[in-house]
Amino acid sequence: MKSAVIVFPGSNRDRDMIAALEKISGHAPATVWHADTDIPPVDLIVLPGGFSYGDYLRSGAIAARAPIMRAVAERAAAGVPVLGVCNGFQILCEAGLLPGMLMRNASLRFVCREVLLRIETTQSIFTDRYRQGEIIRCPVAHGDGNYRVDEATLARLKDEDRVAFRYAGASAGGGNPNGSIDAIAGILNDRRNVLGMMPHPENLIEPLQGGTDGRRLFESVLERIAA
Amino acid sequence: MPASTDVRPAKPVAITPELVAAHGLKPDEYERIIKLIGRTPNLTELGIFSAMWNEHCSYKSSKRWLRTLPTTGPRVICGPGENAGVVDIGDGLAVIFKMESHNHPSYIEPYQGAATGVGGILRDVFTMGARPVAALNALRFGAPEHAKTRHLVAGVVAGVGGYGNSFGVPTVGGEVNFNRGYNGNILVNAFAAGIARTDAIFYSKAEGVGLPVVYLGSKTGRDGIHGASMASAEFDDASHSKRPTVQVGDPFSEKLLLEACLELMASGAVVAIQDMGAAGLTCSAVEMGAKGDLGIELDLDSVPCREPGMTAYEMMLSESQERMLMVLRPEKQQEAEAIFRKWGLDFAVVGRTTDDLRFRVSHRGVVEADLPIKDLGDQAPEYDRPFVRRTAPAPIADLNLDSSDCGEMLIQILNSADMSSRRYVWEQYDHLIQGNTVQRPGGDAAVIRLDGTVKGLAFSLDVTPRYCAADPFEGGKQAVAECWRNLTAVGAEPLAVTDNLNFGNPERPEIMGELVGAIEGISAACKALDFPVVSGNVSLYNETNGRAIPPTPAIGGVGLVESVGATATLAFKAPDEPILLFGAPPSWGSHLGQSVWLREIRGREDGPPPPIDLAHEKKVGDLVRALIRAGLLTAVHDLSDGGLAVGLAEMAMASGIGASVDHLNNEPPAAVFFGEDQGRYLATVTRENFEAVLARAKAADIFAPRIGVTGGADLKLGRSNPISIAKLREAHETWFPAFMAGKS
Repeated sequence: MKSAVIVFPGSNRDRDMIAALEKISGHAPATVWHADTDIPPVDLIVLPGGFSYGDYLRSGAIAARAPIMRAVAERAAAGVPVLGVCNGFQILCEAGLLPGMLMRNASLRFVCREVLLRIETTQSIFTDRYRQGEIIRCPVAHGDGNYRVDEATLARLKDEDRVAFRYAGASAGGGNPNGSIDAIAGILNDRRNVLGMMPHPENLIEPLQGGTDGRRLFESVLERIAA
Repeated sequence: MPASTDVRPAKPVAITPELVAAHGLKPDEYERIIKLIGRTPNLTELGIFSAMWNEHCSYKSSKRWLRTLPTTGPRVICGPGENAGVVDIGDGLAVIFKMESHNHPSYIEPYQGAATGVGGILRDVFTMGARPVAALNALRFGAPEHAKTRHLVAGVVAGVGGYGNSFGVPTVGGEVNFNRGYNGNILVNAFAAGIARTDAIFYSKAEGVGLPVVYLGSKTGRDGIHGASMASAEFDDASHSKRPTVQVGDPFSEKLLLEACLELMASGAVVAIQDMGAAGLTCSAVEMGAKGDLGIELDLDSVPCREPGMTAYEMMLSESQERMLMVLRPEKQQEAEAIFRKWGLDFAVVGRTTDDLRFRVSHRGVVEADLPIKDLGDQAPEYDRPFVRRTAPAPIADLNLDSSDCGEMLIQILNSADMSSRRYVWEQYDHLIQGNTVQRPGGDAAVIRLDGTVKGLAFSLDVTPRYCAADPFEGGKQAVAECWRNLTAVGAEPLAVTDNLNFGNPERPEIMGELVGAIEGISAACKALDFPVVSGNVSLYNETNGRAIPPTPAIGGVGLVESVGATATLAFKAPDEPILLFGAPPSWGSHLGQSVWLREIRGREDGPPPPIDLAHEKKVGDLVRALIRAGLLTAVHDLSDGGLAVGLAEMAMASGIGASVDHLNNEPPAAVFFGEDQGRYLATVTRENFEAVLARAKAADIFAPRIGVTGGADLKLGRSNPISIAKLREAHETWFPAFMAGKS
């Protein structure tokens, strides 16, 4: 099984993602530079967190137009799993691979804390190791995580079971940290092979990090593509 | 060269006494300059002298006293004088760290001031070849009711987060205080630590004659020009073309600069490297040359500029951010340039090293400066300023310790500006990035894992300004001791410290006395605790209208954790575990002078601070650390502000497990529960290990009474009414958000 992590200038959770993929799969992922135009043959493409191009203009807006993104779109269209976390989610939305966009947090402040996530669908290559409705812990760390989408698309996302995660729980130790519509934390594309999510499962994969709830997301996708 | 109306006429500027004064140079210093160079300096030269001889760069008032600090030890690889201190942590690795102030800019423009403070300290660390792994910050604001405080808190916290979060370093801890003494001068002290291989550490000392001097990073603009804001109006009518003098940070460029520098260092191209911080190009070039006993020639026509028409004076004094200066191995020039182009950064050869010990700057074919480099750098002036020592305050005699309920007082303290939870602040900092954060903010010390090992590093920033104000010597000692204690409380071996000495105007003998006293106290404690000072920063003249800040010598300590699996946290772990008070006096505690209780409950800020017995501190700490490492303690917490009551409350709030603490006969409860006696730790132990732990304490001759037991959902202090953990948490968590929302 092979994976690739796309690195943009200003990516900064690329190292966390590479470490998580390596620890869980036993294989170091390939790193692909934003200015490249091709991605080696891989079974999983990850767009990591960070502040690509400083998040200037709009989060993810410049990265969505980087040379490498044409290759990402082609692979996604061919069915290769693509995971975008945090800035990666923002880039996928800006690139049109996922609907909607991420606005400033409702508090207008950056937020880094652990939240609770409800697994809304297990019908995806990324979530089938979780139980439907299961509540997991997961950290968030973002300033622009407020998911917004028009009503028609929101209805479609719900109808098609494409909401992957929602923020769960009351405010103490849970709650919606950014004001996202319908408390949405992550969504799938219509083919269900592209997942975008604001929380950071790669930062909760071993006991020293305080828990392992993020680990099964990677185990799900790695096992499925290894099979 | 495009035509520009900005181009200054080449008319020499007259060096008047007013111009000299506007550059912060005293008449005798100016006389010294004339004697040194044998002529009147020109404007650019005057600017260069003012940049190098100011307090910030030259340490001219503090140097004599800084020399008295212990700076060596078996693990110290590099002490003060470089960009940051370097300490060996085994396995071929070193931790590189420093703390630095960015006080004045943060008051003028809190977001950018704080952001560029963080950027500067990160650069200090990665200039030496280290990848930054942790950031912390110590912030002091004015009274909550002061009109500017809320605005400053919001801006500084957002700025610290805005820079560190984007750069990608976890901000894992720090301090926030409020005190009216900082109304006109807030303090923003930023700390950063990084990891490097011991055989790949880079220094600023240039070596080799005729080697290229290379400019790296972002372009030079007119921001942050030192002295120019005041001086320019008097000699330049075109003042409308000046930009505001606060620097603007770009964490995106800094992240690129980090990656490019580390790649460049790995290529073997770097002889010496220095970041452009205070006084930018001037300070970095002079330091590299002076340290290496070499001259430096700069050709300013090659400096990448953001706008046309910049003068030599402006270029030499610009404090534009995210820039580095490097001496390069000439055979590696192409390879080095390719790395910087890949990251989209400027790379320009702007000069060369010489053997004549001169600092020569030319621009458009004119020699703009020709100065002796050693006198600018390591042989700058030094003062032995007069000082008066403060008389230690008398003990409080008239304190009526009535029988008020300790629980009620605890609630009031937990809901106060200084003692409430800082969650509002640290949730705006990405404290999890890099995936190595083992102990998050809110504990005694932050702990991170070292990538690919079982080892870890612990960090804590500490000082208690009210103790320092009452007794600078004891306050200096206490700052070091508390930092050492915090590192010990998580199970770390304290390695070394960086100090950030924030004081008022040293030309006033009473302020100089505070500085001297604090340094003496720091020195005594660092010696007794084997805790050398390896880097630091001095920030003086923190005064407004003749009112100085409280003396604030912030101490940043780093500790080594042998196994991140064998650390302690402050949360109670289980009900029905005995609670021990290590290092307690027979009365458990009694010192209320300068305590939080005295201030919050009685509205008094007097008496002496608690004295520190350094031998006791060491003995108790060494035992507690050994017990943690042996896995014998289940929870550990150091005692400081607010004493036993606050310590117990923090352990209960972190866990959701309550505790019941005994009543001590014949002792006033307020003194027992709120006394701030030093050298104490709270710890819990399983019943199974209880006797073994007591035996270890007895063998070490340390009094460690069992003061109570964990359990339930309430905290019960002696005969006071029990308080629920929910109520404690509500008091603790609500003050900060309510204050920021304008509701308190």
